[in-house]
Amino acid sequence: MNISVRRWLDIAFQIVALLVLVIALASLAALLVDVFRDGIARLSWDFLTGYPSRRATQAGIFHALSGSVFVILLTAVLALPVGVAAAIYLEEYGRRNFLARAIELNITNLAAVPSIIYGLLGLGVFVRLMAMGRSVMAGAATLALLALPVVILSTREALRAVPGSIREGSYALGATKWQTIWHQVLPVAAPGILTGLILSLSRAIGETAPLITMGALTYVSFAPDSVWSSFTVLPIQIFNWVSRPQRDFHANAAAGILVLMVLLLAMNGLAIWLRDRYQKKVTG
Amino acid sequence: MRRFEFVIERGLFLCALVSVGTTVGIIAVLAVETAAFLREVPIVEFLFGTEWTPLFSTPRFGVLPLVAGTVLVSLIAMLVALPMGLLSAIYLSEYAHSRVRRVVKPVLELLAGIPTVVYGYFALLFVTPLLQEFIPGLTAFNALSPGIVMGIMILPLVSSLSEDAMRAVPNGLREGSYALGATRMQTSLRVVVPAAFSGITAAFILAVSRAVGETMIVAIAAGQQPSLTWNPLVQVETMTAYIVQVSLGDTPQGTLEYRTIFAVGMLLFLSTFGLNLVSAWLRARYREEYS
Repeated sequence: MNISVRRWLDIAFQIVALLVLVIALASLAALLVDVFRDGIARLSWDFLTGYPSRRATQAGIFHALSGSVFVILLTAVLALPVGVAAAIYLEEYGRRNFLARAIELNITNLAAVPSIIYGLLGLGVFVRLMAMGRSVMAGAATLALLALPVVILSTREALRAVPGSIREGSYALGATKWQTIWHQVLPVAAPGILTGLILSLSRAIGETAPLITMGALTYVSFAPDSVWSSFTVLPIQIFNWVSRPQRDFHANAAAGILVLMVLLLAMNGLAIWLRDRYQKKVTG
Repeated sequence: MRRFEFVIERGLFLCALVSVGTTVGIIAVLAVETAAFLREVPIVEFLFGTEWTPLFSTPRFGVLPLVAGTVLVSLIAMLVALPMGLLSAIYLSEYAHSRVRRVVKPVLELLAGIPTVVYGYFALLFVTPLLQEFIPGLTAFNALSPGIVMGIMILPLVSSLSEDAMRAVPNGLREGSYALGATRMQTSLRVVVPAAFSGITAAFILAVSRAVGETMIVAIAAGQQPSLTWNPLVQVETMTAYIVQVSLGDTPQGTLEYRTIFAVGMLLFLSTFGLNLVSAWLRARYREEYS
């Protein structure tokens, strides 16, 4: 092939590749614009504070929004201590032994298990075997197991980023291993750990399939008042509205999506803010 | 003091074991219910039967229609995600200025962070009506639209993992290729992509596993009609969508119908697990090649 043909092919190839990227970004834009156009008119204070209704225009999301917030907070309470403890063990204690490597491999595998499978696990273990019923507790426990691999992986990264000199300084002063971890390593790693936690929770708050499978109800007309009450979450309410044939309910679904996206954006913003603060602290 | 340290270490170890417990729990729950299911339905009928009507008065438990639905939608998703993901990875890794990459990559990753129920909405209420303008035979629920949307959702995964694999290829190989007079396209396609092949394949397989396990897009936009068909224009039901459909109803525990979702779940778990293992093995291989 002569050189001009090859140059021409190279440019054509570059244009095609760029076009693909543009198509991907354009579909993101189309999605956002479509949801915004469909839902913005329905978004109001009454929508945020209202309860479900057979009439689409009177329906609100207070029950689902408070359910989502409640479940996610409880998920954080469950996943944070277990995830951080597991990460400390893998990173600081059991690094080299066979068992730790097996656990590591297992965590990588768990991270790729479809979320709906966690729903079946929650149904079998939490709802039935432990008799928690279709409660906020069962839902949060299910989501906590789902979030755990990500929490562990990000905590390990945060622990690894703590300079060795901090540990050595602590040991030199006669501190034990756990004293060093608890008083020196964890405070330094805390922002990184929190960033990972928030990012994993922002994934969990958008999850629908595991909670439906676990048996969270699609029609609940009240906000949950204890960890044992039944509940629904925002994505399930959105799913419920999308599945109805009437156009009015589709507008509700779009408005619900807008609320969900704002929630996600806020959580991700918080995570980025924490990470920036953290990076300054370690380098400066 | 030493005793306290020991107790702490044991406690941390127990927390690390929770993840193993999760795996054991998944397998145990699925196995117990699947075994109970298979006591009533012969495994040959389950795996090779061509009719799936467990909710009818004369139930049939042939899972093939659900498998066909899953394969069809995943295939469409892969036809979108693989070429597009690979091309954008090549662009980002071999062509784009580092400033462009720094802006485009996070935006592309936004696609992966959007909840799947939102994609379901997009597929049912935007993409399907749009496609109906061009394809007259397209029904309101179909395999095509959720397949395309799922492909777009998975694209960042393919793109970012393939790009990682390509960037792990030593620059010496590229420079050698340029020195022989190759253009960037020739270098990308004949040197970098083959050199990163195992990593790219790992990304592809992980993407297939993600597509097979994806639930909400198909539950919303593909329909609830199990059918053994390769026609992407009519409605199908995937394994995941079936689990959702049964979960939405109030199915009493212990019935055969309740157990079907675990049997289908077992099949889903085994297939994604197998894919994930192959993908992890391939990734470990490319890490060895150039480290």
